[in-house]
Amino acid sequence: MLAVNLSELLDGPLPGVEEALDLVAGFDDALVHGLSRLGEDRAAALAALAGALAAGPLGVRAGEAAEKIAAGSVADEHLSVLAGGRAALFGAVHDALLGRLDGALGRARGPWEASPSAASPGADNLLAGCRSWLHELAIAGWRGVDHDLVSAADQTIEALLAVPELRRTAVLLDGLAAELRASSPIATMERLPARRWADLWTRALLLSQPGAPAGAPQPAATVSGRLLILGVDVHEHATAVQIQVHAVLEPAGGGTSRLVRASVAAPKVDTIVGPALWRLLQWHPVLLGALAEHRSLDITDQPLLDSGDLVWHDDRAEAGEPADPFTTARVLLGGALAPAVPPLDRHPVRISEPVLVEGYTATTDGGEVTFDLGGQALAVDVERLPSCGPLTPELVAASTACVGLVRWDGGRWALQPLAVQAMVKRKPVTAHNGDWALGPTDPKVMKAEAKAGDSVAVLRERAGRLLRR
Amino acid sequence: MNAETSAWERRSTVRVVPPVRPRKLAKVPFVELADGRLQGVVSSGSDIERVYVSSFTTGTHAYSCSTNNNRPCGALPSGSSPCKHLHLLATEAVLQYGIDRVARYLRVDIDDDAATGAELVHSMNGQVERAPAATVFSRFLRHLNYLEIPDTTTPIPEMHWFPALGATR
Repeated sequence: MLAVNLSELLDGPLPGVEEALDLVAGFDDALVHGLSRLGEDRAAALAALAGALAAGPLGVRAGEAAEKIAAGSVADEHLSVLAGGRAALFGAVHDALLGRLDGALGRARGPWEASPSAASPGADNLLAGCRSWLHELAIAGWRGVDHDLVSAADQTIEALLAVPELRRTAVLLDGLAAELRASSPIATMERLPARRWADLWTRALLLSQPGAPAGAPQPAATVSGRLLILGVDVHEHATAVQIQVHAVLEPAGGGTSRLVRASVAAPKVDTIVGPALWRLLQWHPVLLGALAEHRSLDITDQPLLDSGDLVWHDDRAEAGEPADPFTTARVLLGGALAPAVPPLDRHPVRISEPVLVEGYTATTDGGEVTFDLGGQALAVDVERLPSCGPLTPELVAASTACVGLVRWDGGRWALQPLAVQAMVKRKPVTAHNGDWALGPTDPKVMKAEAKAGDSVAVLRERAGRLLRR
Repeated sequence: MNAETSAWERRSTVRVVPPVRPRKLAKVPFVELADGRLQGVVSSGSDIERVYVSSFTTGTHAYSCSTNNNRPCGALPSGSSPCKHLHLLATEAVLQYGIDRVARYLRVDIDDDAATGAELVHSMNGQVERAPAATVFSRFLRHLNYLEIPDTTTPIPEMHWFPALGATR
């Protein structure tokens, strides 16, 4: 990303985005206080949300849902329609933002082509259980959520986790329930993550509609070729971790290079943190090895979803030549085709476009790091540096080049670093999020890890002895 | 409501659950602040098959320790002081959550310079009171069960709401 790209990205507000988000904020406020006691203002907020959808396919039903809920009759169907409406507004915001970003970067993106939906996982009872819990949350409002209401989801979540096809729903509900539990008593919380919880609630309600969720990623093709890694993004809550490797795929037999992702997600517990996280992903040694050793990968017949996600099969990949992610970004990123975004995933939180930024001056002010690129300021999200890798805010502040993901949240663009080249004590240092994928390489961290012992092994031993009696 | 709070409330990816700090899990594999108690599971020092379920209750600071089969801990006759399992539990809880969070949850007044689990226990003045071990033990088994669930390479887009944040380094 050059100064000229950044100026285009930051060139004034996008029309309609602010207004759409204000409508969403009205709905989110209604969820804070609960739909059972809306009051006039919040009833008006629901009506306004429905009004914005009037010209669309949800229009009539959304209007009816807002009216019924205001009148005190909160049916499942009404909630689903309003959740759909809220998601549709975010879909529009997402499209406007991604369009601006693609335009600024000169990034070409494949068109969305609907694939046939997969068969339903057929767990309608479980999904009904999810919907009923979400219904109760909406009635009570976040302020009215107590310990018993949070715990009411425990059995459903446990059952969901056992069904591989419903992992997305399970991981999402588990994350939400843990936040509600940790926040209680919510009634007296000083500030509430209103946008966030409404996002999670909406998403969960959409995922738990009967049958397979429409517009979820579907298998589109199998691909072979050379995979050149750009970096790895790490996601984590108390009981789940996911790594998402961003890479450029050079298809075997030629053709346009494309941006793809490869993900591995594993259940975990809250006490497994830091470099130990990688041990939960150990069944994918070829992928982890390529991250740690900065190698390319040769892949054969890996399924590719229409979202640009490879469904990783470690046995269909072989380690290739050494490949520097900075070189990959410099040489190949500009010409690679970005994937379309499946309808259900159109939310600003999912925007994560890999870029290379260099030639900037990094400044630090009270813990906030900013890259000055040709007179334009690019905010750097240094909170978002995973504890399982070597990147630190100090290293980012001392950097001269950065491979990162462009993200958008809270009304602003920011760069999430995945790798940096920096000068430390007048020596060049390079650090990537995935450097410790096969174990930490920093002597200090190695020592701390050795002292703490292998938390994964300890818990697996306990599980082996106590679970199967 | 100030501008900063309102901006925070309008973000999708804010940290809600405070981070848990790494600690050795060998002696006390499970600690939680839940159900109005600091509760956890302590591995027996002498018998690898045995574990103790120990807890302190919020407010009253009543404490309890028994085996997972609900036999009272031998070192805890009524009227005595907390046994070593309870001390271990408090120590590990302070490592995991920080002393302020544990003291706040249990409603314990601690000295400003208090930093250890021993000081936390010292600041409490509860009595022995049997708490059911089975519930805590089954929560521990549920906790362990997460490590038995296979991983997946199908992407979970929802995890974008849960970025890894590195504040504990």
